[in-house]
Amino acid sequence: MIDLLDRRLLFITGKGGVGKSTVTAATAMVAADQGKKVLLVEVDAKGNLTNLFEHEPVGFDPVQVYPGVFAMQLNTEASLREYLKLNLRIPMVGRIGPIANVFDFVANAAPGVKEILTVGKVCWEVRESIEGRADWDLVIVDAAATGHVLAQLDAPRTIRELVQTGPIRGQTEWMMDILSSPSLTALNVVTAPEEMPVNETIELVARAREETTVPLGAVIVNRVLPEPFTTEDEPVFAALAGPEATAVLRAELGEGASGVLDAARLAVALRRSRVPHLDALRDAVDLPLLYLPFLFVRDHGLRVTRVVAEALGAELGL
Amino acid sequence: MSPDRGGGARTASLESLLASREVLVFCGSGGVGKTSTAAAAGLAAAVHVGGRVLVLTIDPAKRLADALGLEGIGNEERRVPDAVLRGAGVQPRGELWAAMLDTKASWDDLVLRHAPDEETARQILDNRLYDNLTSRFVQSHDYIAMERLYDLHSTGAWDLIVVDTPPTRNALDFLDAPQRMADFFGGRLLRWLTAPYRLGGRRGARLVNIASKPFYQIADRILGTQFLQDIAEFFLNFETMYQGFVTRARAVERLMKDQRTAFAVVTTLEGAPLREAQYFCSELTGRGYHLGALVLNRVLPESFADPGIAAAADRLVSEPDEVADRLVELGVGGLTDPVAVARVLRTIGTSFQDYAVVATREAELREQLAKAPEVLATVPTFADDVHDVSGLARIGECLLGAQLPSARVRADARAGEAEHRPR
Repeated sequence: MIDLLDRRLLFITGKGGVGKSTVTAATAMVAADQGKKVLLVEVDAKGNLTNLFEHEPVGFDPVQVYPGVFAMQLNTEASLREYLKLNLRIPMVGRIGPIANVFDFVANAAPGVKEILTVGKVCWEVRESIEGRADWDLVIVDAAATGHVLAQLDAPRTIRELVQTGPIRGQTEWMMDILSSPSLTALNVVTAPEEMPVNETIELVARAREETTVPLGAVIVNRVLPEPFTTEDEPVFAALAGPEATAVLRAELGEGASGVLDAARLAVALRRSRVPHLDALRDAVDLPLLYLPFLFVRDHGLRVTRVVAEALGAELGL
Repeated sequence: MSPDRGGGARTASLESLLASREVLVFCGSGGVGKTSTAAAAGLAAAVHVGGRVLVLTIDPAKRLADALGLEGIGNEERRVPDAVLRGAGVQPRGELWAAMLDTKASWDDLVLRHAPDEETARQILDNRLYDNLTSRFVQSHDYIAMERLYDLHSTGAWDLIVVDTPPTRNALDFLDAPQRMADFFGGRLLRWLTAPYRLGGRRGARLVNIASKPFYQIADRILGTQFLQDIAEFFLNFETMYQGFVTRARAVERLMKDQRTAFAVVTTLEGAPLREAQYFCSELTGRGYHLGALVLNRVLPESFADPGIAAAADRLVSEPDEVADRLVELGVGGLTDPVAVARVLRTIGTSFQDYAVVATREAELREQLAKAPEVLATVPTFADDVHDVSGLARIGECLLGAQLPSARVRADARAGEAEHRPR
């Protein structure tokens, strides 16, 4: 049993292609089904997170996409506008084009500036909720992929190092307090039992410990293939796949029998090829591992999100 | 190997693409097997076409890097020893080389090359923003990958360079990187930002006379004076390299659009990667790049669509007992327990049915491929990860054995290409 959902802020990262967004959406669904009010934040501008709830894309203002799940998409200009209004009392009516352009430019050049708007907005929602001015029980962030997530989470510290004075520096303090608190925040990594995702996960976990103060939550291993046969049944399969039995099966079932046996061999081999990667992950990472099955389904949408959410709920002991 | 070799006037197989182009760029969304596919194409070129072939890879899996002899090396090109290739059962006609992109080392090289003098170079390399810029500024990876490719190409040392592209949020960002870099350093905004420091008379002078300008007031209130000054100092130094950057950016773009360069898009037959791949294909063509091939990777075998096999699987699921009894009765393979045999037979049948669902989705997505380039290659799912040269050789064979898509799709692709041919 892992108390992941008792935190206030969950970052979910992962290498491209492992199903990060699906797992993020499923996590939000599990939490909402538990009665929590969830803010689901999409950071990458891909805008397809809400597809997983069969909902049209959303903008900067949170929209309910599933009972209890409110989704929003971060956007640099909107974040900046909000920041200026709230923190510097600079009202920005209409377009802030030139300032935003300059800002975009500085943000691209100077590390951490763009990231701090992202992390800052997220931390701000958490702080407002803790202090009773907002009512999110949980903020879940579909964070940057493994390659960039640490830069994102470490932005307050980067900014502190670079900016010696000014209001931003002061604000990095409370952000870092939230980001460093094990009772509030957790960084979670989605991976798949394949070489590259496992290596990236191991590396990310080590680097997160070394380079940041952000507490780690769980590693979610997605797309775990089922083991077709139990140890007891394996010799039976071996005998059935032998030439003698195959001949009988072909006589009984037609030519197609060989093809079915080939497919079973492929299933066994695919599963076996994943085992060393799972072992490597278990050996190298001392975090709770949650396993989600490979889904033999047609395509992703609300149906798949629900199936993943059920599996995740079971892994969380719910 | 292919009957098309040297035959038709037009590029019609991946092999002719490998033989006729000097640069082949592999792109695709993360996790689709882009790196292995690029390496396999490079190997196939060295084996079947010959010449000096270089695979420029960005972030290979460790075992693949080891297999190519890339472990522990910096930015330089290394030849994959013939013994390694022969050990894996391939007889190369040419040479296979491999190189990894070391972003930091490439940036340092670039600064040393373009800076007007050693002192400026030193100041740039020592600036604390520089480290952050080169290691964290995502677009800097894209830029440096293109820069490095250009550099390697202009040595004239390679018959073919196969390039793996960096993992980016948008796999086409790297195409814009050179132009964006040039815009960045040449932009009015940069001049605006650094202007007050120029008024001081020399680089790094104190900020003067800003009180009257609202922009600086706001920037100063947000970022602080010191930070603004650090940024300005850095960019004033960096600006000295501007002309070099712009010239290079243009040259890189020319090379990317040259007839000698082609792109290959890699995807799996899953919804999201395939949608992205189709977007890449239309973007590449629309922007005047040469889309050479679409590689469908990790595709399930066609046998999953075979009705005869499916019928056999259905029967195993619905009537395993009958078949099990028959097997035990005949005493085949020492099978004695009809209950266990029936259980395993049913599992064999369900396993097929499970994968058949995925295979059906793949077949449907494949049908929907509206606009495919001339070469459509399919690489099947292999039971094991590809992490050695013989695995790459196996992928390579699949790439070269590429079936031509239907005549209709091919004709569409040609018509599409003709529209974008430079006049």
